[in-house]
Amino acid sequence: MWGDMFKWLDPYAKPQVLFDTLLWWQRWLMPLAIVVLLLGTIWGLGFTPADYQQGDSYRIIHVHVPAAIWSMGVYAWMAIAAFIALVWQVKTAQWAIGAMAPIGAVYTLIALFTGAAWGKPMWGTWWVWDARLTSELILLFLFLGVMALQNAFADRQTGDKAASVLAVVGVVNLPIIHYSVEWWNTLHQGATITKFAKPSMDPSMLWPLLICILGFALLFGAFTCLRLRTAILQHEAHRPWVRHYVQEQHNAAV
Amino acid sequence: MSHVAVFAATFRREIKLLARQKADWVNPLLFFIIILTLFPLGVGAKPNLLREIAPGVIWIAALLSVLLGAERQFRQDHRDGVLEQLVAARSPLLGYSLAKIAAGWLGSGLPLILVSPLLALFLGLSAEALTAVVLTLLLGTPLLSLLSALGAALTLSADKGGILLALIILPLYIPLLIFASAAVEQASFGLNYQAQLAVLAAMLCVALALVPIAVQKALKLNVG
Repeated sequence: MWGDMFKWLDPYAKPQVLFDTLLWWQRWLMPLAIVVLLLGTIWGLGFTPADYQQGDSYRIIHVHVPAAIWSMGVYAWMAIAAFIALVWQVKTAQWAIGAMAPIGAVYTLIALFTGAAWGKPMWGTWWVWDARLTSELILLFLFLGVMALQNAFADRQTGDKAASVLAVVGVVNLPIIHYSVEWWNTLHQGATITKFAKPSMDPSMLWPLLICILGFALLFGAFTCLRLRTAILQHEAHRPWVRHYVQEQHNAAV
Repeated sequence: MSHVAVFAATFRREIKLLARQKADWVNPLLFFIIILTLFPLGVGAKPNLLREIAPGVIWIAALLSVLLGAERQFRQDHRDGVLEQLVAARSPLLGYSLAKIAAGWLGSGLPLILVSPLLALFLGLSAEALTAVVLTLLLGTPLLSLLSALGAALTLSADKGGILLALIILPLYIPLLIFASAAVEQASFGLNYQAQLAVLAAMLCVALALVPIAVQKALKLNVG
């Protein structure tokens, strides 16, 4: 029964089919991401009212929160890919881990950097050892660990497999790390928009934030398509269809 | 062969190796003691300050010394082909991994616990704090051995094993460090620290159930 349920996914395990599908998705996602991000940031940075307490400096939320949310979202997607790679031995899912990890690491860095820049005027310090900051920093270490492990082997396949084991282990550990750090210390303001009933944010500020969150998600999708396509070309470089494709691109460029 | 038979055979062999290659358990222990000596030299020998930072210092030294011994855990068996033979013979790697982890704990975890009364003298710990140190080490060092075995198995055939092992495993140690040093700190104020011990025990149970499976998987893909 399980086999039949996922039959429609089978063709996508084949690199060539996936390559073409990703190209299609990338052509849509990339422009869409740019438009949505421009809309969200211009609205958020230029046209929302200033905060009654924090003044204009709160506007950094439109970059900080989406990056922070998606730093964790990317890790979740990476773990899903790792799980698929381990259970069904899908090669393309292994390559997806390598495609996603650097994106997640950069999102985490953006969240940390904007957080520090926001913390300086608000809390009076660039960095405090608070629960959320610390777990975000640890998340960065987890991403970097996956990347380091994947690139540490002479045999590329072993690296891909080892990285998928580590990504799954990391996901089991992530909640434990999160709650232990939470318990250890806390200063960060509570969640602003996860309370679905009544967000503690005015709609005029909330809408651009939600648009930015969508924009970061689209951008993650677009970059994943791009990076996974590159990975497919690298891994399949010896196949005739790749040579054919590269030749075609070359001819088009000349 | 069954899991139990493989476990017993591997464990016996590891014990013999520990008895004959004394450096395997003496060196991590010396490392532990030397790190503890460095702290008073680095931060100053004020008794109050030392007592305050003692929980964290002890636990960080323990993490590092267990990690130090971990890299060699599977390396010899990988080089001389034992692992390859085990995989080729389809012998249960789970029993092998568990025996390796258990012996690894005997070599790098147990000596730390035995030497811990010395810490009381070094860092001016009270009797209650020392009891907490021993209890958290009892629960925590098996967890350290499990996680470092996972790191060792994952990086087995990697080009730059040692430092990579530390990079990927140290973040996973963080919850343990938090709860263990919190327990010792509570104890040094004369407070109850059963909650922290319970959390440590829970983490140990979860790791004991899941980590050997991951170790087995990691060993297989490195031999593969």
